[in-house]
Amino acid sequence: MTPEPASAFLGINYPLWQALWLTLKLAAITTVILGVLGLPLAHWLNTTRRRIAPVIETLVTLPIVLPPTVIGFYLLVAFSPEQSPGRWWLDTFGTTLAFSFTGLVIASVLYSLPFAVQPFQAALKSVPPELLDAGRALGATPLRTFLRIHLPLARRGVAAGLTLAFAHTLGEFGVVLMIGGSIPGETKVASIALYDEVQKLSYPSAHAFAALLLVVSFALLFIVTLLQRRAK
Amino acid sequence: MPLSRLLACITALGFVASGQGAERVSIAAASDLVFCLEALHAEFIKAEPGTVMQVATGSSGNFHAQIRNGAPYDVFLSADLRYPRALITAGAADESSLTLYAIGRIVVWTLRPDLDLESLASIVRNPLVRRFAIANPDHAPYGLAAHQALEASGLLNEVRPRLVLGENISQTAQFVQTGNADAGIVAMSLVLAPALAGQGRWMELPADLHAPLEQGAVLTTRGAANPAARRYLEFLRSPAARAIFERYGFRLPAAP
Repeated sequence: MTPEPASAFLGINYPLWQALWLTLKLAAITTVILGVLGLPLAHWLNTTRRRIAPVIETLVTLPIVLPPTVIGFYLLVAFSPEQSPGRWWLDTFGTTLAFSFTGLVIASVLYSLPFAVQPFQAALKSVPPELLDAGRALGATPLRTFLRIHLPLARRGVAAGLTLAFAHTLGEFGVVLMIGGSIPGETKVASIALYDEVQKLSYPSAHAFAALLLVVSFALLFIVTLLQRRAK
Repeated sequence: MPLSRLLACITALGFVASGQGAERVSIAAASDLVFCLEALHAEFIKAEPGTVMQVATGSSGNFHAQIRNGAPYDVFLSADLRYPRALITAGAADESSLTLYAIGRIVVWTLRPDLDLESLASIVRNPLVRRFAIANPDHAPYGLAAHQALEASGLLNEVRPRLVLGENISQTAQFVQTGNADAGIVAMSLVLAPALAGQGRWMELPADLHAPLEQGAVLTTRGAANPAARRYLEFLRSPAARAIFERYGFRLPAAP
């Protein structure tokens, strides 16, 4: 049971601030990973002629459609030491993935993947190919062309993708409910903390916390909207 | 077939499928009852053929909050008496219908063959136990009982860093059953249920380690106007229902 807070700031007690901090940390780490993995993936999907590409693209998009409980259920099964992925992780790192922050990061990367990759793909596609050809004609390697010409020209769309991935991870609930175990400071993210407050009937702190989450989410989406309007 | 007639057929089928016209009882039940209710309702339908039972299971605290805010349930089967009483105080349930229907028991349960089940302490102190599952004590009565049992055994501080909290007692059992938690404290009604019986090993925890899990049922304000719901509540006190509760690992309150 959570100890009674000694003090509360803005009507929000310490465990809730801790949950918000944890959520921001989770969203930030997820966003960095999605940037590093998602940009090359988006570029590859845009340029490859392989037959497997439509399958990969569909898989990447799947989390938009799938109920979070489907992802949560499969992860719960996969994370179990009774199953080979969970067994491998336990043997290699000596920890289990369910009920851990690392487990939440893996889940969030999967869950927010399309929200990063789709804007990345659109942004990269919007750069005129002639500019990239010019870069290559002047002798730049494909990697250098991608990093020095392609990415900078697509930066607004890339920023929108990163912000969306961050925002979407903030809103994660169903997956975490299934694999989190509500551990303070480890897996008790903001959405779960709010759920627990409501279940405990602590409506005043639930109200304060919900309002705070609303403001944070509005601010993030506002940034995305501004970026997109300027990109036009 | 013209479209309008097709639509009429589909609508008619929908009515048949949803048992329109039949009496229906909408039940919100604590998740320790998730398996027991199947047996219970099979018995109730025998006496009241054609009654449609709609069941939702979850944590008692959650249902309490939902019913207070007007959720459309007729009967609330809580895992304690506190939540039904709180509903009565709030004017959302019928006081005269409050029924103590069963007394819950808790067990420590593990699927790991290498754990020594001698005592709660021998499990909790075993370094092989990385994750120990209980239900959330803030809103799940079985979680509160587990918390009290750990505290009374002087194990709470040792186990705290390894504790994972299920949203309700059924999710807690699922954490243990999938092997994601090495052991946990769950309701006896779950480990005795056909779906889980024979899996792993369990040991009952002495009842004096926790406040009694007196489980109360109550008719909501909506249910008080539903005769079938009233008969269902009567049925919970019947010898047939009591036999089922006993079979599923509950202690029984004094006969009415």
